[in-house]
Amino acid sequence: MERSTDRATLYGLETAAREGIITIWDRYEAQLPQCNFGLLGVCCRMCLQGPCRIDPFGEGATKGICGATADTIVARNLARFIAGGTAAHSGHAKHLAHTMLKMADGKAPDYSIRDEAKLKAVAARVGVPVDGRPINDIARDVARAGLLEFSEREEPLAWLETTVTPGRMELFTKLGILPMGIDSTIAEVMHATTYGVDADPVNILLTALKCSLSDYAGMHLGTDLSDALFGTPTPRASGANLGTLRADSINVAVHGHNPVLSDIICEVAVEMDGEAVAAGAPGGFNLVGVCCTGMEVQMRHGIPWATSSLSQELVITTGALEAMVVDYQCIQPSIADVAACYHTRVITTMSMAKMPGATHIEFTEEHAKERAREILLLAIEAYPKRDSKRVDIPDITSTAFAGFSTEAIVGALAKVDPEDPLKPLVDNIANGNILGVCLFAGCNDVKATQDENFIVLAKALAKENVLLLATGCASGAFGRHGIFTQEAVAEYAGDGLKAVLTAVGEANGLGGPLPLALHMGSCVDNTRAADVAVAVANYLGVDLDKLPVVATAPEEAMEKAVSIGTWAVTMGLPTHVGVVPPVLGSAAVAGLLTEGIKDVTGGWFIVEPDPAEAAKQLIAAIVERRKGLNLPVPASVAALD
Amino acid sequence: MPGTDTVAGAARSAAPQEIYVVPSRCTGCRSCEMACAVEHSQSKSLFGAITETPLPRRRIYVEAVDTVAVPVACRHCDEAFCANACITGAIRRDSRGFVLLDDSRCIGCNSCIMLCPFGVIQKDETRHVAVKCDLCPDLPGPACVAACPTDALRFQEAGDFARSRRRTAAVVGAAAAGGVVAGPGGDADPDPAAAD
Repeated sequence: MERSTDRATLYGLETAAREGIITIWDRYEAQLPQCNFGLLGVCCRMCLQGPCRIDPFGEGATKGICGATADTIVARNLARFIAGGTAAHSGHAKHLAHTMLKMADGKAPDYSIRDEAKLKAVAARVGVPVDGRPINDIARDVARAGLLEFSEREEPLAWLETTVTPGRMELFTKLGILPMGIDSTIAEVMHATTYGVDADPVNILLTALKCSLSDYAGMHLGTDLSDALFGTPTPRASGANLGTLRADSINVAVHGHNPVLSDIICEVAVEMDGEAVAAGAPGGFNLVGVCCTGMEVQMRHGIPWATSSLSQELVITTGALEAMVVDYQCIQPSIADVAACYHTRVITTMSMAKMPGATHIEFTEEHAKERAREILLLAIEAYPKRDSKRVDIPDITSTAFAGFSTEAIVGALAKVDPEDPLKPLVDNIANGNILGVCLFAGCNDVKATQDENFIVLAKALAKENVLLLATGCASGAFGRHGIFTQEAVAEYAGDGLKAVLTAVGEANGLGGPLPLALHMGSCVDNTRAADVAVAVANYLGVDLDKLPVVATAPEEAMEKAVSIGTWAVTMGLPTHVGVVPPVLGSAAVAGLLTEGIKDVTGGWFIVEPDPAEAAKQLIAAIVERRKGLNLPVPASVAALD
Repeated sequence: MPGTDTVAGAARSAAPQEIYVVPSRCTGCRSCEMACAVEHSQSKSLFGAITETPLPRRRIYVEAVDTVAVPVACRHCDEAFCANACITGAIRRDSRGFVLLDDSRCIGCNSCIMLCPFGVIQKDETRHVAVKCDLCPDLPGPACVAACPTDALRFQEAGDFARSRRRTAAVVGAAAAGGVVAGPGGDADPDPAAAD
């Protein structure tokens, strides 16, 4: 299997091989063959009497020591995956809420409310009084309302209740899966899945669905607070791929997830640019993004994005990186080993996320710019140690248009119809110019050839006039393969999609179409896409499970992707995953996720590693939804059935 | 395959390669059993194999003796009782020395099962035939050996396997005699099995 379809990644891998650097792909090969019990999800390690394994071929153990069946074990393992993803997303949001609270109390002077309109809109939505109040008072109350989402409440989560369709809230109530607190739901999953509690796979899955709704609420909170603190993204041109590192500059990569750190680094790097030049780098500081915090600063500041989590080590093997500044999530512990072979400093910043071999500078919101300055001084200090003979930056970059927040998309549509912005979108879905909408999300996974599933699927869906939205590592794949460009529209879009993207683009003065896919942000920003879907559903007066909207995480890897995929299904979306999750050891659980759940939430999982086949199934799901709404199905698409 | 190229320039013996077991290296993970069943399925993929009817059967067995796990596989014996007992000639030795079962000729009489001293022939009750190790004819070597994460299973000729064990014993003996030994990591491994 090829390791990547991205030329810059392949170039970096050649450099790594020449330099004797071990990468994630080498470590994956060293793990082969992987444990088949683990791949099937039939290994249980939740008590000290185990570990237990169920023999999928029926010759060995059919039950765990406690009597748990494969169905129970698979369901419990999946629920804990979702709890892990929820903890990560909502921890990110909680960090933002604390930051906003400190800011409002005057304890974090380097932060401010950059988007007052967004803060007020969020406040009004969740019931915080707005009129005539100082902005910091509103911010304090919104932050407190956010923090109240975490513990156990007496009413449903505000960030869920106020952002989904009325129909979904009715359904969640009926199913008994309405979460009453993010942290309490995570704890409930841990309780339900510990030794001797819930053995009913269906009941365990319902608890898992409830947890995924907490994940959704936490993510929505995170995006809302980020936008208020750092600005709601607006469309802008940026660059993507390893070629965005510059030999003449002090290169600093911001890596991880939360803009609390990376946004400040961006600000301070501008202030300190003269010091970088004085240190002998004519280009001054060159900031690049890695992983999702890279998306945060690309969306808001147009900072170029170097690479995704999977290929993070290859930023260091360019030999031109002075510092990799990390916060949390998707950061491979191996980067300290790779950096040790170069002059690169790996700088950890979060008290909960340290790494042997890295330098730790504790980042505190109270002293944000001061800490950012310390971090950037380490980069300046490293620069003279760079070995120019080992600088090997692949000359490969792509243009990437970013910044399509929900507000930006509605704003662009408003240029077509100021009175009724959603009308152009809904009309074009209705008339078939747009067949449907697909959200691309999730990770790269070392088990799949990097980006291949994303790009094959994107081209296949665009050809059939499916509007493409992207977040996180999907945005990474699209960025480095030129999907976020106007040129890609000419090359890959079907005629209907091309006409719509061109009409909206020209109404917005772009002199051409919108890019082929809309970059909606980092992985925590997936609720931006949900907001678009909810707006369309409410506009039409139908629920989400009726819309021709689908989602895909074609190269998913992390617990976070599993929790996102699960809430997408719970919201009613057909959701594709391209890497087989560890559930096949239970035919019952796998069947519920791919078929049975359709009768419950309207959504379901499509598990399909082959992207061409996945495209057919996603189009079929869209066609099924169109028929349900009595919308026309073009003959060319109907023939695909 | 570890140990197959032992003495540089030495001519390969005509002796067949067989599965050898180093029990002290077995962690009881059962990867060998799983890989065996998958290789003997119709789809030859894990995700396909677990949904097949009938389910594929493994031909290697990890047996527990107290807390020690020991993989037990067909020895492809030189004096193969199973082949001698097979009244229809379904079990025969091929030109490489492998003891193979042609299940189209098997009448399910259980004679081989009764006589195998290692208990590694089983009955497939859905197809009414005996099931035994075939050393994975479609692969370069047996699937169980390739799947073993700790190198507890080896596919070697008898001489090569014995030579590697002898070499390990010599390294340990030399260390005990006070000699300077450059083993893995500069030290002789006290576990004879680990230094192979």
